[in-house]
Amino acid sequence: MKKRFNKEKLLQGNEAVVEGALYAGCRFFAGYPITPATEISEVMSQRLPAVDGTFIQMEDEIASMGAVIGASLAGAKSMTATSGPGFSLMQENIGYACIAEVPCVVVNVMRGGPSTGLPTSPAQGDIMQARWGTHGDHPAIALCPSTIRECYELTIKAFNFSEKYRNPVILLLDEVVAHMREKITLGDDRIDIFNRVKPTVPPEWYIPYEDTPFGIPPMANFGEGYRYHVTGLTHDVRGFPTSRPDEIDPFIRRLFRKISQNFSDLQIGESFMTEDADVSVIAYGCVARSAKRAVIDARERGIKAGLLKINTIWPFMRIQVEKVLKTSHCVIVPEMNMGQISREVKRVNKGDAKVFTINKVDSTIITPTEIFNRIREVC
Amino acid sequence: MAGVTELIHKYLRHDKKFPHVWCPGCGIGIMLGALIRAIDQCGFAKDEIVLVAGIGCTGRLPVYVDFNTLHTTHGRALTFATGVKLANPKLKVIVVMGDGDAVAIGGNHFIHAARRNIDLTAIILNNSVYGMTGGQFSPTTPYGMRTTTTMFSNVEQAFKISELAVTAGAVFVARGSVYHAKMLDGLLEKAFMKNGFSVVEVVSHCHTQYGRLNRMGTAVEMMQWQKEHAITVEKAAGMADEELADKFKIGVLIDRELPVFQDEYDKVKARAKGISIP
Repeated sequence: MKKRFNKEKLLQGNEAVVEGALYAGCRFFAGYPITPATEISEVMSQRLPAVDGTFIQMEDEIASMGAVIGASLAGAKSMTATSGPGFSLMQENIGYACIAEVPCVVVNVMRGGPSTGLPTSPAQGDIMQARWGTHGDHPAIALCPSTIRECYELTIKAFNFSEKYRNPVILLLDEVVAHMREKITLGDDRIDIFNRVKPTVPPEWYIPYEDTPFGIPPMANFGEGYRYHVTGLTHDVRGFPTSRPDEIDPFIRRLFRKISQNFSDLQIGESFMTEDADVSVIAYGCVARSAKRAVIDARERGIKAGLLKINTIWPFMRIQVEKVLKTSHCVIVPEMNMGQISREVKRVNKGDAKVFTINKVDSTIITPTEIFNRIREVC
Repeated sequence: MAGVTELIHKYLRHDKKFPHVWCPGCGIGIMLGALIRAIDQCGFAKDEIVLVAGIGCTGRLPVYVDFNTLHTTHGRALTFATGVKLANPKLKVIVVMGDGDAVAIGGNHFIHAARRNIDLTAIILNNSVYGMTGGQFSPTTPYGMRTTTTMFSNVEQAFKISELAVTAGAVFVARGSVYHAKMLDGLLEKAFMKNGFSVVEVVSHCHTQYGRLNRMGTAVEMMQWQKEHAITVEKAAGMADEELADKFKIGVLIDRELPVFQDEYDKVKARAKGISIP
């Protein structure tokens, strides 16, 4: 392979996702064409075979998600990419990956919805779908970049989290970030790569879904001599279906504990001038870009404004959000939906600050001026 | 007989609490026996076999056997199997499905897996009904039959699974029945040894649901029906269509060579490495 270190490139968000995935060691991609995520499939189809990986275009998104889970069980770091309608189709198998604890990364480039909606327009309407899209109680990890650099880095982190916590990780891009181009320097970073922990015990001692102190059992790949059963049914520690309450309860609780006891490890965000801010903006995705501009403009006009950019959407960054709610009088949550993250902000707000929203669902992005005007209104 | 039992026990998971979920008299056990004998005959190691299944009575099969086993979501077994096979082509991937699993909810995956010609073996147990949910009609329930959702008789036509697989591009397609157990061993062996997408349809019975509603008698009587209505492919070749109307053909329906996905993708990898990517 050609050496590509310290190369400055002008990349699209979708292309940066591919770069991040390959850096993280992704060697299997299954997908189905859908706007605005198609570029990820296209670039993957060209790049993967060159590194002995496999790209396959499946018959639909359900099949794509199935193939991704199968490939991960056989030992390949696997990924798929889609948009809202395809993400809805994947939900059943995403639940499978949660219960069977199969690491994988699902990129959802958010477009206007519901249904076919607005294929070529941005939105942020899949925040709650990323959390509760599949049925039943389950843990969720979702990350959301707002720059091309973050597309690259968060894709690597998405793979790391999925391998570390044996859980599907959702990467939520919006159409703006996915199609925007920015300069990015590749190869100057040293982001650690995390690979799944494999069992070290002899096969006859291996308990595939054992409760360990970390809550995450070592994972054997198919064909490595550890023959075990993988099922979407609620199972006991050996992987066999169970209907015993005393086995079901610790299992479901362990799935949640995997995330809750590693909560701080999963928090990625950025505070910008929030320490002394009277008005703080909490934003994510392309809106965080507008929000930063608005905060800078407000500061220039003497308004003490700040920004908390949240990159980790799930588990919700409640500690950082609570801090901002305590230090600011007013908090503004601009988002391109009818109020999915603002609902979470209000949930953790204990009357510390007034929470205002900007909800835009007309297929256009929220501009710095709109956020700036709202900052002026509320303070 | 003792030898056969010993062989079966070699492949069962003894740490899994038996009894199994199937009704007494079910044909799935016979198919499982044939599957184990065929795997043993082909000489595959337990570690290299991945047994993938969907949902339903047949979907419960992998949990009892000592391979790498994968019990997937309903209808999606072939998609999971595709991922397993492509990520580690050294594994021998066998997929077991019921008729509802394979050609109703998983129908699209089935025809595309056949078209794509990935090296998998799909075994479809066809008992003409959704057994686990209590006997609703499936895409292979014959016209005019009673099920719990067609109490006034089924008005839809049935799929012919094997013929569908032939048309969709499978390189090896065979049909057997649980009555013809010895023959089934041989058909499965041939399917396992074939490079490419192979399909074995296993005609079975559901006396608990389908047989009861249609007054077809006990499991033994339903197997007697299989005996009387099965015609070998060779014999059927000399028979008129009218004579074959209520019969089903057993044996190898097609055995052909077409480019296999993995072999073709190896060429793609070579091409990708040959050209420098900017």
